[in-house]
Amino acid sequence: MSLFTSIGRYTLFVRGLISKPERFSVFWERTLHEMTAIGVGSLGIVAAISLSVGAVTTVQTAYQLITGLVPRSIISTILRDSTILELAPTITCLVLAGKVGANIASELGNMSVSEQIDALDVMGVNSASYLVLPKIVAGLFVIPLLIIIAMTLGIIGGYWAGVMGGAISPRDFSEGILNDFRGFTVVFSFIKSITFAFIITSISSFHGYYTRGGALEVGRSSTKAVVYSCVGILFSDFILAQMLLEN
Amino acid sequence: MIEIKNIYKSFNDKYVLEDVSAIFEKGKTNLVIGASGSGKSVLMKCLVGLESIDQGQILYDNRDFANLGYEAKKVVRREIGMLFQGAALFDSLSVEENVGFPLKMFSDLHKSEQMDRINFCLKCVNLENSNKKFPSEISGGMKKRVGIARAIALNPEYLFCDEPNSGLDPLTSRVIDELIKEITQEFQITTIINSHDMKTVMDLGDSICFIHKGIMWWQGNNKEIMNSGNPELDTFLKAYLF
Repeated sequence: MSLFTSIGRYTLFVRGLISKPERFSVFWERTLHEMTAIGVGSLGIVAAISLSVGAVTTVQTAYQLITGLVPRSIISTILRDSTILELAPTITCLVLAGKVGANIASELGNMSVSEQIDALDVMGVNSASYLVLPKIVAGLFVIPLLIIIAMTLGIIGGYWAGVMGGAISPRDFSEGILNDFRGFTVVFSFIKSITFAFIITSISSFHGYYTRGGALEVGRSSTKAVVYSCVGILFSDFILAQMLLEN
Repeated sequence: MIEIKNIYKSFNDKYVLEDVSAIFEKGKTNLVIGASGSGKSVLMKCLVGLESIDQGQILYDNRDFANLGYEAKKVVRREIGMLFQGAALFDSLSVEENVGFPLKMFSDLHKSEQMDRINFCLKCVNLENSNKKFPSEISGGMKKRVGIARAIALNPEYLFCDEPNSGLDPLTSRVIDELIKEITQEFQITTIINSHDMKTVMDLGDSICFIHKGIMWWQGNNKEIMNSGNPELDTFLKAYLF
C-alpha cells in the first residue's frame, strides 16, 4: 500500500470515529476502563524512566560544566528546561508508543482476525467508534497527566542525583530551578503531549483495526503501530518546535 | 423473508459471485452449500453488509438493504443475529456479558429485565451454569452455543450461521443443528446457514442453494438433493458421501 493510500485511509478512519456514541453510559464506562489501562498501567515505567533520565541529565550536565566560570545553578536550569521541553514529553511518549501503542494494536488486531469487529458491525454498532474513540479520549486525558508526573519525577531524579552525588548543593539547585522560568515551556509541553497522545492512540488503533490474516499479521501490526507512532512523534515534535518556539 | 436478485460481487476485477438470485423463507432453515472458495462466505458477508455488492438487490422483507443509508441499515442490522464460524465472542467479556451486549447497546430494558433475557437465551441453548465464565474457559461447542444465545438476544428476524459445525465433534454438531432448527421454528426466524456438513444439509435443509464458482447452480430441498440431476452438485455430494 502506498504512503498516500495509507494517509488517505488513516484520515477516513479518524473521520469515521467522530460520531455520537450509541450509549453514552457505555462510552463513559469504556473510556474509564481505557484511562485505567493507559494511565495506571503505565505509571510504573513512566516513573522509572523519568527518575532515571532526570538523574542522568543532571550528572552529564554537571560533567560538562566542570569549569568554575559557570555557576552551578545552571545545572538545574538546564535540567528543568530540557525535562519540561523535551525529555518528559518526548521520551515518555516514545516509551508509551511502545507500551500502549503495541497493546492497542495487538488488542484490536486480535479482535479483527477473530471476527469480533465483524460481530460488532453486524449488530449495527459503529465498531471503529465503539472500540477506538474511548482509547483516543482516554489517551488525550491521561497521557498529559503522565507527562506532568514525568516532569516532576525527572526534576526529583535530577535533584537526587545532583545533590547526593555532590555535583550541586540543594540551594544552587533550587536557585537554578526558579531562575528565569518561563511558564510557556509548560504550555508548550502540554500541547506536545496532547498531540503525541493523539498520534499514539490513533495510529496504533488504525494499524490494529485494519489487521487481516492471523497471528503473524497481528504481530506485524503491533510493530508497524510502534514504528509509525514513533516517527509521527518525532516529526510532529520538530514541527511543533518550529511553529511554537521560534524567536 | 430475504430475497436476493441478480447479485454480482468482484474482487480485483475477478467475479466471485455472478448473477446470484435466491429466496430465503421465514421460519425455514435455508442452507447455502458449496465447496471451499465457491463464494458462499462472500455471499453471507454481502447479505449482512460486511461486503458491498457490485450489482443487484438484497431485499429484507422488501427493504433494499444494499441501497439503504447508514442509519436505515443500522435499523435492519438490529434485526439480524449472526453466529460466526469461530463464534466471535468478545474475549474481555464473560458469557453473560457477551449475551447481554446487544441488550446493553440497543434495548431499553432495565438491568433486571436484561438479566432475565440473558438467562432465557442461555436456557434456550442449554447453558445455564456458565454465566460468569470467560470465552477462554469454555469449549468450542459451548462458544457456539453462547454465540447463538447472543444472536437471539434481541429477538432477531433473521439469523445467519457461518459454518456452525466447523471444528466440532459429530455429537456436538447435532446439538447445534437441533438448537438452530428449534430456534428457527419456535421464533419464526429467517435462518440462513453456510455449511459443508452433509448431515446438517440432510437434517436442516428446508431449502438448499448450491453455489459453484460463484454461480447458483441448483436450488431445492433435502428431499430433492440426491436426485438433483445436476452434475456439479452430484460431484460435490459424492465427495462427501463416499
